[in-house]
Amino acid sequence: MYAFESYHRPQSLTDAVALLAANPFARPMAGGTDILVRLREGHKDYADIVDIHGLPELEGMSADRGELRIGSGTTFAALMTSSLATRLAPMLIEAAGWVAGPQIRNTATIGGNICNGSACADSAAPLLVLNAHLDLIGPEGQRLIPLRGFHLGPGRVERRPGEILRSVRIKSEQDQGLGTAYVKYSMRQAMDIATIGCGAGVRLRDDQSNGIVDELRLAFTVAAPTPVRCPTAEAAARGLPLSQAVKAVAEALDQDVSPRTSWRAAGDFRMHIIRTLAERMIRTAAKRFASSAANHQEARTC
Amino acid sequence: MLTLSCTINDRPHELTIDPRSSLLDLLRNQGLTSVKQGCGVGECGACTVLVDDTAVNACLYLAAWVHGKRIRTVEGEVRDGCLSPVQQAYVDAGAVQCGFCTPGLIMTTTAFVQSCREQGRDPEDITPEDIRRAHAGNLCRCTGYETIVQAVRQALEQPDPSKMDTESTAP
Repeated sequence: MYAFESYHRPQSLTDAVALLAANPFARPMAGGTDILVRLREGHKDYADIVDIHGLPELEGMSADRGELRIGSGTTFAALMTSSLATRLAPMLIEAAGWVAGPQIRNTATIGGNICNGSACADSAAPLLVLNAHLDLIGPEGQRLIPLRGFHLGPGRVERRPGEILRSVRIKSEQDQGLGTAYVKYSMRQAMDIATIGCGAGVRLRDDQSNGIVDELRLAFTVAAPTPVRCPTAEAAARGLPLSQAVKAVAEALDQDVSPRTSWRAAGDFRMHIIRTLAERMIRTAAKRFASSAANHQEARTC
Repeated sequence: MLTLSCTINDRPHELTIDPRSSLLDLLRNQGLTSVKQGCGVGECGACTVLVDDTAVNACLYLAAWVHGKRIRTVEGEVRDGCLSPVQQAYVDAGAVQCGFCTPGLIMTTTAFVQSCREQGRDPEDITPEDIRRAHAGNLCRCTGYETIVQAVRQALEQPDPSKMDTESTAP
């Protein structure tokens, strides 16, 4: 038995918003893979549940003019088997494969992964790199906001009372002109929390692998109290040849991150992992950018 | 209290449940004690069952969510006194030691074999690494996993029973 005190299962998104608005302490629950664990521990913050699991309005994926729309109730397993998501946001699919294990991926949702405000959410780094937007609906209506800035602190996000995340919006990687890469460093290859997660998006000025970095986007999980982008390192890399850019990033990075010491890893070890993964992911993303640019060139000349 | 209807191992059920119960509570209260509570937090996979042919941890799944759905546990895999091909493969490969993790693993393998067939994957192309990744949500403290990987391999290589049926009824 889970220790909740009140339980409502609305049949529509409108009803769900009304139920949440009526009780400031109520929490929406979708896949439940985090909340049910906390409830089992008797966590009082989750005593009042509005169950949005399987609400049809939160399901499904679609694309409109190169923008991918992912319903917040989409499970990681559904993402991984979606050819649409694989084509438009391969970086997100690369990260989805790192989430827990098969049974959890069959239940856990992308919306929950973002809204529970965890600093180690596996989807957060790719969504930050891809400048994802969140479509929220609440008693005051709908709003579309950037994911960047949504995380306020551990377990805290900028979700207003009564609001529910309806969908995540991502402009396709191809339209953004980025090569991307994501990796999670953890003790085990599955069923583990990230020690550090690192995502990079790179656009080079010419199509050579030694080209000039036109744009770098770099994001980490577990490197600070929230998932973060790295504005200082990104600015330091701009306009430099790739090999100089990775050095500049390594030097600038400690202004963007503040890794903590925990039983999982010491802060200075985490910093070492951050620098190592940044270089690897930037190089991988640059390689992918160059090869996809080459493929494009080929397609055009054929 | 909450009423729901679902199918458990092909038998329709109308149940009245406490909304706070997990699917694990529901199934064990029905006498299906193959569904084990190991960790209770979704890490060990001992409670794995199939909901509409998808493997889930019954300990982290509200009973209320199975309304209108089809649940499979290891009790329902035996047909006419015969073990399912996956169960038989576990026996043949010696993949059962203490047995606590076995029902959950059998259900994970059952879902894996079914999804490989639906995707038309050639068993030859499925690597031991693929098998391990697909079973990463199930812990076993006895076997060291090698015999389990062998059992899954054997199960994948057996002829697809659904295809055998269509072939035998074809003119």
